[in-house]
Amino acid sequence: MNIKKLFNKNIDLMKNSPYIPATNSDQSEMLQTIGVKSFEDLLSDVPKNLLFPELKLQEMLSEPELVDYFNDISKKNFASKKKTSFLGGGAYNHYIPSTVKAMIQRGEFLTSYTPYQPEASQGTLQVGFEFQSMIAQLYEMDVCNAGMYDGPTALAEAALMACRIKKNNKILIHDSVSQKLLDILSSYSKWQNIEIINFEDIDLNNQEDYSCLLVQSPNQNGEIIDVENLSNLIHKKNGLLIHHAYPISLGLIKPPGQLNVDIATGEGQSIGVPLSFGGPYIGLLTCKKEFIRQLPGRIIGQTVDKNGKTSYALTLQTREQHIRRENATSNICTSTQLIGLMVSVYLATVGPEGLKQISKTCFHRAHYFANKINKINGFKLISNNFFNEFVIESNVEIKEINHYLISNDIEGGLDISDGKKNLILFAVTEMNKPKDIEETLTLLRRIHD
Amino acid sequence: MIKKTLPLLMDQSKKGRKSINLPEIGVEKSILPDKKFLRESIQLPEVSQLDLIRYFTNLSSLNFSIDTNFYPLGSCTMKYNPKINEQISAFEGFSGSHPNQSDEMVQGCLEVMYNLQNELGEITGLKCVSLAPLAGAQGEYAGLLIAREFHKFNGNNHKNIALIPDSAHGTNPASAAMAGLDPVTIKTTSEGDIDIADLKEKVSKETAVLMLTLPSTLGLFEPNILEITQIVHDHGGLVYADGANLNALLGITKFGDLGIDICHSNLHKTFSTPHGGGGPGAGPVMVTKKLESFLPYPHIKKEKGVFINYRPENTIGRLNGFSGSFGILLRAYTYIRSLGSGGLKEISENAIINANYIQERLKSHYNLTSSRYCMHETVLSATRQKENGIKALDIAKKLLDEGFHAPTMYFPLIIDEALMIEPTESESKETIDSFIDCMIMISELSESNPNEILNAPINLPVERLDEARAARNPILSWKKN
Amino acid sequence: MSELPKNLKYSKDHEWVNIQDNIATIGITLHAAESLGDIVYIEVSSLNKELKQFDKFGEIESVKAVSDLFIPVSGKVVQVNEELESNPEYVNDDCYEKGWIIKVEITNLEDLTTLLDSSEYKKII
Repeated sequence: MNIKKLFNKNIDLMKNSPYIPATNSDQSEMLQTIGVKSFEDLLSDVPKNLLFPELKLQEMLSEPELVDYFNDISKKNFASKKKTSFLGGGAYNHYIPSTVKAMIQRGEFLTSYTPYQPEASQGTLQVGFEFQSMIAQLYEMDVCNAGMYDGPTALAEAALMACRIKKNNKILIHDSVSQKLLDILSSYSKWQNIEIINFEDIDLNNQEDYSCLLVQSPNQNGEIIDVENLSNLIHKKNGLLIHHAYPISLGLIKPPGQLNVDIATGEGQSIGVPLSFGGPYIGLLTCKKEFIRQLPGRIIGQTVDKNGKTSYALTLQTREQHIRRENATSNICTSTQLIGLMVSVYLATVGPEGLKQISKTCFHRAHYFANKINKINGFKLISNNFFNEFVIESNVEIKEINHYLISNDIEGGLDISDGKKNLILFAVTEMNKPKDIEETLTLLRRIHD
Repeated sequence: MIKKTLPLLMDQSKKGRKSINLPEIGVEKSILPDKKFLRESIQLPEVSQLDLIRYFTNLSSLNFSIDTNFYPLGSCTMKYNPKINEQISAFEGFSGSHPNQSDEMVQGCLEVMYNLQNELGEITGLKCVSLAPLAGAQGEYAGLLIAREFHKFNGNNHKNIALIPDSAHGTNPASAAMAGLDPVTIKTTSEGDIDIADLKEKVSKETAVLMLTLPSTLGLFEPNILEITQIVHDHGGLVYADGANLNALLGITKFGDLGIDICHSNLHKTFSTPHGGGGPGAGPVMVTKKLESFLPYPHIKKEKGVFINYRPENTIGRLNGFSGSFGILLRAYTYIRSLGSGGLKEISENAIINANYIQERLKSHYNLTSSRYCMHETVLSATRQKENGIKALDIAKKLLDEGFHAPTMYFPLIIDEALMIEPTESESKETIDSFIDCMIMISELSESNPNEILNAPINLPVERLDEARAARNPILSWKKN
Repeated sequence: MSELPKNLKYSKDHEWVNIQDNIATIGITLHAAESLGDIVYIEVSSLNKELKQFDKFGEIESVKAVSDLFIPVSGKVVQVNEELESNPEYVNDDCYEKGWIIKVEITNLEDLTTLLDSSEYKKII
């Protein structure tokens, strides 16, 4: 006799899930008040033959069983045992302070909603305002919104924003921009009559105007680009400069606001957000103040209440979908406030000195690692003037290198081989301890022995 | 709730204070980039760790949240966010997984995603599922792109119209515009049902898609759904269902059985992932078999016991940086596993009973928008109270004073002074009764002493805000005084 | 119910028109301003733009709503009320005078016959 099966058949024993307080007597009382005999009587609009279909789902697990089940699954991920990692390419392994972890556990932040009733949401709103302020300071731009889905979609929305501002549908892409960012821009623009043109293909002396030029710096190979020069060039073509910048790099490298940039974007994951296999992350979108009304997403503004007390509210809502509908600046409804909280706590925790320190650590450890690899026979450093990511060309297949490293519990770099050359992209952060770097170098030397 | 104003961090900042100690660089230094690339100074707050923790902790106390207050926001499904979901998402094997790893390194993550794809497919009856979209609006957009690509693939480029009911949520026409579709409005009846005559008149061979919310934004099930989907199909169009209200349909009926071709779901609504003050969310998109090859990439499949991230043959493309909001997907999957089929059906059952109970007990105090039984939410109208100068907004503010978060106001747009109430299945009868009693008290107060309502809220950290000022002179970040 | 200035003409889209020689000064009526609520921003066509009757000439935003503005008579834009940029509340405080929005040089006198007088406009609100 299979006791488990017996229990599963008995629906009454399954009632009163911890998430549903209604008891049988609560239900009967309510049904009586409503004036019906059974629950089914409330469903007369649903086609009878399509009511209560069978749901063949996986079996229900109790709480301790959930922990065991997911523990087992999580162990099938290499992350559960890795010693160190050199993987980058848009998401980075940075230290997350205890303060961040403590604050997001607070149910008042975690389980609140979009602050449509500002009087009951000053916590969320003031944190959001801090987020906007700190990112504006980090990027040295006038205005920052309350957060987009992720970096790449923020960049796509920035490009669409430039098209609206300039009333011009031609977008230029600098070769620093990664293919992935381009793919996402494509998905967002393909049905809106937008032309995407390679910057290298145009003659700057032509008579054309363009809405914007998109630049990624550091670029996909980790290299720092002369953004200011590009700003000057595109301004001559009556276009805007959109700069996609890695936040941690801004602890060392000049921020977009000092480079004559009009709109700056970035992926906020590197400043206080766990890797979590790709999300949830947060997109950063900042701009010059003259473009505020074309900025998509939620924006929090400071005001006063009727007693003159400083307070915060969602503002400039007439740009958004719930008011303008098909004429909205975007269809976006979500703003990743919770992740914005993590970023705010992170930046306030590290502060200006901490961010500089982290940034320098990434830079120096990366350069140390790169220079040592370059000295190993069979490896060649390709990137020039890079921040913390660099490309190495190898005479050995990257798969082989990474497999060997993994067998030593080390996550290698990103395989970006192009079919002609074996190329690997290494990222180094403050989480790569000097002794782990030395151990990895030893292993890499062994590959060529 | 504390009532004092908390100064911003930059106003508390003092040079030299710090909140963390960090390790030394620890390696030989290299030459820095050219000076022209280097930053000279950064401005960020400098505070001690205690002041930082105290600041954010005190800020949190200024919020209403599900953990602290009843939050009957219609169409938002403010149900309990289980703590076990948080605990599991923090397992190192999940939170430490880098998204650029090769598939064999993340079989655990891919297994979670593959299983969730299947569970959502079974629940909605639309078996082909993509977990890529990062929010409901993005899921909607993906659904529309799939419709466009499908029609283009079949040589039907003239199909560029989206039929949208006048009761629809704003993201519907906004997403349609982004997908390059011309939105054409379909009239609805006073109860929010599709006006069939208007649909028949406006549907044509140019119709790419009909966008429906089911149950409707008035909380009612569309009684003519089978006829509606047939009409659209007869003209070669597809039917897209906005799954924002899926909490009413779990185990009740399946989208796939009703003639729906594409839908999306909001995991942060129906599947308990935390709202976090407005996000993050996740908006998986589900489609019928014939649309599977158009799904966004990456998509997960299983071959010979191994999970693989792959690119569907006719994919609409990549929507965002990685495979989706994995941390949110994991929480939703944990939730579904904690319930199973029996538990899920009880969710909708209790959500619907709770909403009808509220509707029944409030119908003699507030105007109903329909005499039918509602589904998981009921839309009331404050038109009766408006006669005494009390609007939906004022009722909302008075509810805040009494410790209840207000329902959704002024949506759907077709109902005057709308108050959309969705209790969810998470709330006990006692909580619901106290909410009902409060709503009755406010209705009575609107006649006996309306000023008390107009002055609300007075018990919160701030009183009514000057929102016009916020929009006229936008102050969007800290400025030195 | 406040007074509708009798010397002005009105359009079905809730604008008022003050005609002096061949210049039409245009704004929105009190009814429109009250429906919108506190005005926060106004955007209008640039100077010298040629508009045909019922063309969109701008947008007016309040905290919770946005409305298109349609020109009640054909004309060329000769002046816009620049005060409204820093003081959009003039539209709420004094919509018929300080809150004027745009002035056009009338290019089609026949359009004037489609305008309503104060008693006709009163009937539609």
